[in-house]
Amino acid sequence: MADGEEPEKKRRRIEELAEKMAVDSGHGDSTGDWDGRWNHVRKFLERSGPFTHPDFEPSTESLQFLLETCKILVIGAGGLGCELLKNLALSGFRNIHVVDMDTIDVSNLNRQFLFRAKDVGRPKADVAADFVNSRIPGCSVVPHFKKIQDFDETFYKQFHIIVCGLDSIVARRWMNGMLMSLLSFDDGVLDPSSIIPLIDGGTEGFKGNARVILPGMTACIDCTLELYPPQINFPMCTIASMPRLPEHCIEYVRILLWPKEEPFGDGTALDGDNPEHIQWVFHKAQERASEFSITGVTYRLTQGVVKRIIPAVASTNAVIAAACAMEVFKIASSAYIPLNNYLVFNDVDGLYTYTFEAERKENCPACSQIAQDLRFPPSAKLQEVLEYLTENASLQMKSPAITATLEGKNKTLYLQTVASIEQRTRPNLSKTLKELGLVDGQELAVADVTTPQTVLFKLRFTT
Amino acid sequence: MLELWEVLRQFFWRYRKRSSSRLWGDHGQDALENAHVCVINATATGTELLKNLVLPGIGAFTIVDGHKASGEDVGNNFFLSIDSIGKSRAQAATELLQELNSDVSGNFVEETPDKLLDNDPEFFHRFSLVIGVQLEESTCLRLGAVLWNAGVPFLACRTYGLVGYMRLAVREHTVIESHPDNALEDLRLDQPFTELKNHVQSYNLDNMEKKHHSHTPWIIIVAKYLEKWYNEHNFQLPKNYKEKESFRELIRNGILQNENGVPEDEENFEEAIKNVNTALNPTKISRLVQEIFDGEECKNITSQTPAFWIMARAVKEFVESEGGGNLPVRGTIPDMIADSEKFINLQNVYREKAMQDALLVAKHVESLLQSVGKPPESITEQDIKLFCKNAAFLRVVHCRSLADEYSVESLNKDEITSCMDSPDCEMVLYLMLRSIDRFHQQHSRYPGVYNYQVEEDIGKLKLCVNSLLQEYGLNVNVKDDYIHEFCRYGASEPHTVASFLGGCAAQEAIKIITHHSLTLDEEEKWTNWTPARKAVV
Repeated sequence: MADGEEPEKKRRRIEELAEKMAVDSGHGDSTGDWDGRWNHVRKFLERSGPFTHPDFEPSTESLQFLLETCKILVIGAGGLGCELLKNLALSGFRNIHVVDMDTIDVSNLNRQFLFRAKDVGRPKADVAADFVNSRIPGCSVVPHFKKIQDFDETFYKQFHIIVCGLDSIVARRWMNGMLMSLLSFDDGVLDPSSIIPLIDGGTEGFKGNARVILPGMTACIDCTLELYPPQINFPMCTIASMPRLPEHCIEYVRILLWPKEEPFGDGTALDGDNPEHIQWVFHKAQERASEFSITGVTYRLTQGVVKRIIPAVASTNAVIAAACAMEVFKIASSAYIPLNNYLVFNDVDGLYTYTFEAERKENCPACSQIAQDLRFPPSAKLQEVLEYLTENASLQMKSPAITATLEGKNKTLYLQTVASIEQRTRPNLSKTLKELGLVDGQELAVADVTTPQTVLFKLRFTT
Repeated sequence: MLELWEVLRQFFWRYRKRSSSRLWGDHGQDALENAHVCVINATATGTELLKNLVLPGIGAFTIVDGHKASGEDVGNNFFLSIDSIGKSRAQAATELLQELNSDVSGNFVEETPDKLLDNDPEFFHRFSLVIGVQLEESTCLRLGAVLWNAGVPFLACRTYGLVGYMRLAVREHTVIESHPDNALEDLRLDQPFTELKNHVQSYNLDNMEKKHHSHTPWIIIVAKYLEKWYNEHNFQLPKNYKEKESFRELIRNGILQNENGVPEDEENFEEAIKNVNTALNPTKISRLVQEIFDGEECKNITSQTPAFWIMARAVKEFVESEGGGNLPVRGTIPDMIADSEKFINLQNVYREKAMQDALLVAKHVESLLQSVGKPPESITEQDIKLFCKNAAFLRVVHCRSLADEYSVESLNKDEITSCMDSPDCEMVLYLMLRSIDRFHQQHSRYPGVYNYQVEEDIGKLKLCVNSLLQEYGLNVNVKDDYIHEFCRYGASEPHTVASFLGGCAAQEAIKIITHHSLTLDEEEKWTNWTPARKAVV
C-alpha cells in the first residue's frame, strides 16, 4: 500500500508504546494478572464499534467491573456447568458461585471435563470450583453442594446474572419462579433494578437451546412450557401382556418387576447410574424377551431406557454453554445487544441454528401476575381439578397441594407430599367442589415443586 | 486407593465406549478409536476442538505448532496455564489435553506447518483428518493443495473476533448412515415379495375371533384390503385423494360391530386408516441413490476403489437382477398395535427377507472383490448388512478444493452477488475474512491489533476490500460498518467464540471420521453479536 512502508526503528518504537497502551498496566501484580492476559477480552470493552449496544461506552473500567464486582451464579456443575465455569472465567468473570446437589459419577467423566476418576464420589460443585480456581489464577469460584431450593431470596438477590445449565425442567421452573418473586413494582411499574437476567441453556444429544430471560420483561420459562412436551410412555397393556419391542420388556422390569421384587432392599429405588441395578434389569428383561421371542435387549439399550437418556454429547454442551456465556458477557458489559431471545441448535445433520423471539404469554402462571382461572362445574370432583393441574400443557404441575380459605381459615384440600396429610385429605378428592364448600370466585392457592411461590387460581363455576 | 482408581478407570473405559457407541453406533465408535487427527495451532479454538474429540475417545491426536505460549495465549486458553508462558505451546497444550483421557494418544510436533510443508509434506498423509486453526492464507492454501492431492480431509477453522468460520475440503465424503428425520418405511405393500404375500395369505380376517381381529398388525390389514381393492379396481393402487378416501372407508367398514351394529374399538384398524397415505407410497429408488449408482466410481471398479463404491456397485447389480428393480429390503417395521406373536412373526418375515437380500448382495461384493484381486474379507458381512439396511439413504458429498474457491475463474460469483443483495447477509463476513487476509499479505499484520491502529486501519482495510472485489469482478457493496467492526476485532480470539466453534468443528470432525450423516457443504460461518446464523458458500 502507499503508506505501508515505515522505517524499522520507528515501527518498533511505536509497537513498544502500543504494547503499553494495549495492556492495562495499573493492575498487573495485585490481581495476579500477567501481560496480555486480557487482550482478547479488552478489545470488546475498550473500543467503540458500529454494532455495540446503544448504552455501550468504551472504558478501561469495564474490565475492572467484570474482574472485581460482577457476581455471577451458575446453576449446575455438570456437562453445561463445567463449560460455563470455564467460559466465564476466561471472559474475565472472577466472582462466580456454583450450585449443584450431585456427586461425581463415573458416567460423567466423558464430558464433564473438570472431573477425573479420582474425584468420583465428591461433590461436583466442590471439584469444579477447585479445578477452575487452580487453572485460572485470580478466579474465585465458590461452590455450594446444595439444592437450589435450599436457598432463599437473600442468596439469589446478590447476583447480577444467573445462568442455568440444568437437566431438569422442574428445577428450571423453580428458578424462574424465584426470580419472578424478586421483582418489585412501584405503582404497577416494574423496577428495572429488581430484574436479574436469567440465561438458560439445555441440551439433548445433538440438539440444544440457549435463551435469555429478563424476568418481568421477556417470555419466561413457563410462558413457553409447551416447548417441553411431557414424555411419552408406553401403554400399560402393551408392557404387561403384549410386548413387541425390547423396550417394552425393559419397561416391564422397571415398572412392574423392580417394585415387586425389590432386589436391592426395601424401598431402594432403581438407579440408572448403578451398574448392578442395570445388570439386574438387563437380565430380567432378557428373560421376558425370550418368553415372547423378542430380540434386541442389550445392556446399553437397558440403560438408555431406564435413564430415558439421550446420550450426552460433549460438543453440544460446548456450543450451548458458549452461547450462554457470550450472553452473560454481553449483558454484563453492554458490549452488544443480547440474544432476543431463544436460540435453537442442531448438528445431527450438517449444522442448523435458528433464533426467534419467544413471546410472553398473557396469562402465564409464573410471570403474568394475574390469578389463573380454573373453570369447573360445582359438581366436579376435586380429583378432576388435580388432574387438570398436572396434565394441562401450560401448567404441568408435579404434585400440587391445594389450599383454600374457608370460613376465615386456611384449609388444605389435598396435599400429596406428606404421607399423613395425604391420607387425611385423600377423601376430599372424591368430593365435589360444592360439597367442599367452595364458591364461585373462590381463590385457591396451589403449591408445587415447580415454583417457589404458591400460584393463585380463581375458581369459576361453569353451568 | 490406587486399585480402586484402576477399577474405576477400567469400568469407565468400558462405559465410555458403550455410551459413545450409542451416539455413533459400534461402527462409528471403532472409526473414532482408530482415527488420528492433526490439529495445527494450539490456540483456544484448537484446544477447545481437541477437548471435544479427546473426551469421547479419539484414537490419537497430534498438535503441530511452532509457537511459544504468550501471556495473551494463556489468557484465553483453558489448556495452557501460567507456567506455560514462554514454553512450547504444542507441548503445554498436549499435556493438559492428554489428562482428559488416558486412552487417547496425544502427540506434538514443535514446528510450523510451513516448515513441515517445506521439508516433509508427506508428514500430513498419515492423518484421518487435518484441522488447520487460525492459519494464514498462504499456509492454508499450500496445505490445502497437499491434502487435496493426498485425499486427506482438511477442515480449516478460524475464530476472528465474534466471527467463527469453518471450511471443509474433502474430495468426497461418503455417508452410509445419514439419519434422515422423515424416513419412509420400506413395507413393499405395492410390490409384496413372495414371503410377505404368503404371510398375508395366512390371515383370514373374515373368520377371526374378536381378540385376534383387534390385534392384527395394520400392515396385514392394509394388505388384505388392498387385495379387495385390486379386485374391484383392475389391480391399480388407489391413486388420488378421492380413491385413498374410498380405500380408507373400505377398511373402516371392516371394523367389527357389536350386536347393536355399533363399531367396536379396534385401534389397529384406526392405525391402518391413518397409515394408508404413506403405506401406499410406491416403492422406488430415490434420485440421489440413483445418481450414486450412475456415478463414475460405481462404474469403474479397481483395486483402489473404496469399500463404499464396491458395495454400491454390488447393490446396483442386485437391483438389476435379483432385486427386480428394487433395493434390498430394509427389514424393519414400525411398532404397531398387535399381540406379540403376530407382530414378531410379521417382523421376522421382513427381517429374513432383508437377510436373504443382503446375502445376495454379498455374493456380488465377493465377485467384485475377486475381479480386482482383493480378498473377500476386505469387506465384512457386517459392513454389507449395514450398507443394505441404509441403501435408501446413501449420500455422497463433494467439496470444491480451496484452490478452486480462490481462483478468479471458478469463484462462485453469482452466489456471492445474489447473497449480497441483502448487505447484512453472512456473505459479507466471508468477504471480510478474505479482505483481512489480503491486509495481512500486504502489511504483515492484521488490522487493528493495537488500539492506536484501529482508526488508521479502517481506511487501509477498505482498500483491501475494494481490491478484492475488483480482482474477482464482484459488483457488490460492503458496508463501512463491517470494515470498522473487523478493525475493532483486532484479530482477537475471545474464548466463548473459540469454544462455540470448537464444539461445532469437533462434531463435523466426528462425522467425517465416522462417515456419518451429512456434514457441512463446504463452509459455515456465523457471528455472535447478533444471535448465531449460518451461511453456506
